[in-house]
Amino acid sequence: MTTLAAPPPGGPAGPVAASITFAWRSLLKIKHVPEQLGDVIGIPVLFTLLFTYLFGGAVSGSTHQYLQYLLPGTLALAVVFVTVYSGVTLNRDLTTGTFDRYRSMPIWRPAPVVGALIGDLGRYLLAAGLVVGLGFAMGYRAHGGAPGVLAAVALVTLFASALSWTWTTLGLVLRTPTAVMNLGFVVLFPLTFVSNVFVAPRTMPAWLRDVADANPISHLVTTARALMNGTATSHQVLGVIATSAAITIVFAPLTTVLYQRRQ
Amino acid sequence: MTSSATDLAVQARGLVKTFGRQRAVDGLDIDIPAGIVHGVLGPNGAGKTTLIRMLATLLRPDAGTARVFGHDVVREAEAVRRRISLTGQFASVDEDLTARENLVLLARLHGHTSGAARRRADELLEGFGLTEAAGRLTRQLSGGMRRRLDIAASILVRPDLLFLDEPTTGLDPRSRSHVWDLVRRIVAEGTTVLLTTQYLDEADQLAHRIAVVDHGRVIASGTRGELKASAGAGGVRVRLSDPGQRDKARAVLTTVLGAPVHPDDDPAGLRGQIAADRPGGSAGIAVEALAHLARAGIEVSDFSYGRPSLDEVFLALTGNPAELTEATA
Ligand SMILES: Nc1ncnc2c1ncn2[C@@H]1O[C@H](COP(=O)(O)OP(=O)(O)OP(=O)(O)O)[C@@H](O)[C@H]1O
Ligand SMILES: [Mg+2]
Repeated sequence: MTTLAAPPPGGPAGPVAASITFAWRSLLKIKHVPEQLGDVIGIPVLFTLLFTYLFGGAVSGSTHQYLQYLLPGTLALAVVFVTVYSGVTLNRDLTTGTFDRYRSMPIWRPAPVVGALIGDLGRYLLAAGLVVGLGFAMGYRAHGGAPGVLAAVALVTLFASALSWTWTTLGLVLRTPTAVMNLGFVVLFPLTFVSNVFVAPRTMPAWLRDVADANPISHLVTTARALMNGTATSHQVLGVIATSAAITIVFAPLTTVLYQRRQ
Repeated sequence: MTSSATDLAVQARGLVKTFGRQRAVDGLDIDIPAGIVHGVLGPNGAGKTTLIRMLATLLRPDAGTARVFGHDVVREAEAVRRRISLTGQFASVDEDLTARENLVLLARLHGHTSGAARRRADELLEGFGLTEAAGRLTRQLSGGMRRRLDIAASILVRPDLLFLDEPTTGLDPRSRSHVWDLVRRIVAEGTTVLLTTQYLDEADQLAHRIAVVDHGRVIASGTRGELKASAGAGGVRVRLSDPGQRDKARAVLTTVLGAPVHPDDDPAGLRGQIAADRPGGSAGIAVEALAHLARAGIEVSDFSYGRPSLDEVFLALTGNPAELTEATA
């Protein structure tokens, strides 16, 4: 055989095609190494079970009633936790020869990062599906019906996509994947606990309640709850979309610039 | 300038790259003509990888210039990337993907449609003896298979210049010669190859021209023959039957060879280079040396004559043999 072959006449893949190819790479990784997601998805699943059956009675009078409150919260929690992986995988990739190869190819330079984030949508949907499925199995009722659930999943996924840019920024700044993971959880644990995911902030002391009320996670969860209950207002939905846009506008360019500068 | 810049695959002048206090590449000049395998030979930490990363547009030089087929690696990085392909020192294929998926992914990035990408991937898997490994995850492949996959991944589309950074480090002799065959095939089809290695025999086997690098600089360069000639016209090695005659034999040899003769680790051994300016041809002088020893009544149990090995070249250039690892065969 001839070892070498001429390049395809159309030249190398453009920015969109290259990004989609890298998104495919991410999905393949989910397929081949699903255990990578284990701990991240394990936590929300565990919390859903634990909090419902352990504290449900005490908090809401019955486990069923508490699950109605909790599930949209753990849905958001699951997907938000998974976002840390965007930074962790980017950081890991940067230290491998694989990224050197991509970066020495005549393709749009940020394509590997952008593509990975598109592929991460697969992870978010997987995590969301798992938690929602578990909720239904435990007796959760969505009064907003299927459209409400799908809208809530879509909104949470949108917010997660925006949030993942903050982790890719961190992934470019920090030295090791473990550092990204640790910092991610150090930030996310207080952020998700001091919110309305588990309990209504009105039972908290005033200073903490102010923090919880201002927390963007609270707004996300409130809106997801409302969507699943069929009571959401467009004001709520637009608020979350605006927050997501704001995060993206700051951190997407920051990630791109840091990545381009990276040697 | 004797040749126009575009006849050269690589032309670097005064390249410098520092990491903190470490001057990884320190005023390096190199010219690599197109169409050959050019070896860059140097011990650990010599700056080989840093040089390649600068030429492949991954690192920005702190000083100096480098051109690849006439394109500046900093200002015309995009044009450079269209001509090159890189097989890094450390696995440059994705561990979590199968062998085939890795090739298909890269073929798509090169602009192949999905059907064409799969055909090209299968063609290379077959040509590189990887058909059986096609569906296995890359991290489960043996070192030799992975290296072959690495190289296959670099030639999905014909590169004009291929960087191979220590392609056979850690491979067993059979896998090494397999990789060497692949490199020969690639260069025979017109691609220029820049190959770094710590192995003298590898450079000797593959490279048409060699640059010896140490502490970030080229300390010698030329064809294999030129490099070897620079270390002397040739050398002789003698082993005496009686170690007691070593001093006498040393005196005789020094006169005939016209250059210093050194005692070996072996108490009955001696070795010396033949002075390059000696008339009569080095083989003739070797014969003469043997005759003189016989006439002086010195019995010789072993005698060898040969051109210097690259090993000796490196020793002569750096005076530091310990840093350079000889291939374990
Ligand atoms: N990113 C980096 N940060 C700090 N120092 C570095 C970096 N890369 C290389 N160096 C240093 O620069 C010097 C040259 O390294 P380089 O990797 O280019 O050598 P090499 O010839 O490829 O060695 P080897 O044969 O071990 O691969 C070494 O001293 C190394 O420690
Ligand atoms: Mg190296």
